[in-house]
Amino acid sequence: MTQPATRAGRAEQQATRASRAWDVLGGVLDPEVPALSVRDLGIVRDVIDHGDELEVVLTPTYSGCPATEVIEQSCLAAINAEGLGPVRATLQRSPAWTTDWITQEGRRKLNDYGIAPPGPAMPEAEQPIRVFGRRREPDVACPRCASLHTEKLAAFSSTACKAMYRCLSCREPFEHFKPI
Amino acid sequence: MQASIRVTLTPAVQYLLRIGDTALVLGQRIAEWTGHAPQLEEDIALANMALDLVGQSRAVLTYAGAVESAGHDEDDFAFLRDERDYRNVTLVELPRGDFAFTVLRNAMMGTFFRHLWDALRSSSDPELAAIAGKAVKEARYHQQHAADWMVRLGHGTDESRRRLTQAMADLWHYSAELFASDAIDEAAHASGLGPRWGDLKDAWMRDMGEILTASGIAMPAESKFLSTGKSGVHSEHMGFILAEMQYLQRAYPGGVW
Repeated sequence: MTQPATRAGRAEQQATRASRAWDVLGGVLDPEVPALSVRDLGIVRDVIDHGDELEVVLTPTYSGCPATEVIEQSCLAAINAEGLGPVRATLQRSPAWTTDWITQEGRRKLNDYGIAPPGPAMPEAEQPIRVFGRRREPDVACPRCASLHTEKLAAFSSTACKAMYRCLSCREPFEHFKPI
Repeated sequence: MQASIRVTLTPAVQYLLRIGDTALVLGQRIAEWTGHAPQLEEDIALANMALDLVGQSRAVLTYAGAVESAGHDEDDFAFLRDERDYRNVTLVELPRGDFAFTVLRNAMMGTFFRHLWDALRSSSDPELAAIAGKAVKEARYHQQHAADWMVRLGHGTDESRRRLTQAMADLWHYSAELFASDAIDEAAHASGLGPRWGDLKDAWMRDMGEILTASGIAMPAESKFLSTGKSGVHSEHMGFILAEMQYLQRAYPGGVW
């Protein structure tokens, strides 16, 4: 790599390096929902060029998500493979990740993959528990036939971040990414 | 065999250990259902909730190590601590019991954790507040899920109702320990680290009252029984959990997968 002659040149090169890393992270897939990249999921909060190294700021999805460490390693490996390293990852817990950070592109990819994307997450304080009778869940559209005539089968699914649903129109089961 | 670590039990470290250990031991107990739950969906739900709890515990124990400043990490705390240095409430170390027992305990602890994490979001300590901001969302879901099951068991069959009623008789009096405030709580309250657990009792009773009413189960009278796990004096069941959790690291120090 050539040494930039001016301060402006150096700044431009740094911006390029960080933005190239962003591009690379767009190809790093979530190991448990491989339809989505880590950028689609909204867990890459920042890429900072410190000159001597890059810093990738990640936020974990669920406290117990077993994919957290794999995701971190995949991000570092992908950036190193492009020759953009050295790079380190830092974990940023606050503000807590919310499904509202999943991009529009990510929502479209989820739906195409057969997972109903999350609706808007309600603030924690506005979510009382409801124990009287069967709870009315917000409508979840079937990712296959778009029918709103669906029902929840189980509160959890193949991962903690999803619930199991079934479509009462086309009769297909599907997963729903829970809004948190 | 790997010797136990010595923990510097300052009030702040003890306060954090109470949170991290209670989540860890409850997670361990819930995980015992993996492959044994009454239906596949619930098997998956319990395993997922156990993962959340162990994940929350990892964050808090890692942070307790930073506060203690003696070089201990989450694994040292989990695998190399003696029973007396574990600070979980006794309620979570009781054997897993039947499904009604687990549902009731999860309702009690999901409700407790929800209010604890909610209060900890305004901790003066940014790291603990950040952990709480994530955990409170998970705890709310655990509470809701357990509450759904409480209603189903309470209004299910004679057998499910009988078992839930029995679980109440076995478990309820252990809840007093959650709210028995002491010097550790006072120190946390004074420094802004976190709430006195006793201050969470009203909100907990309100939620549990609503869940029990919806389940058709009477709330028992208060008893004088007070368990002492969070001071390190545990039931006879604690040693067995630690034996299972710690055997590998004790027998093969530093062993990895």
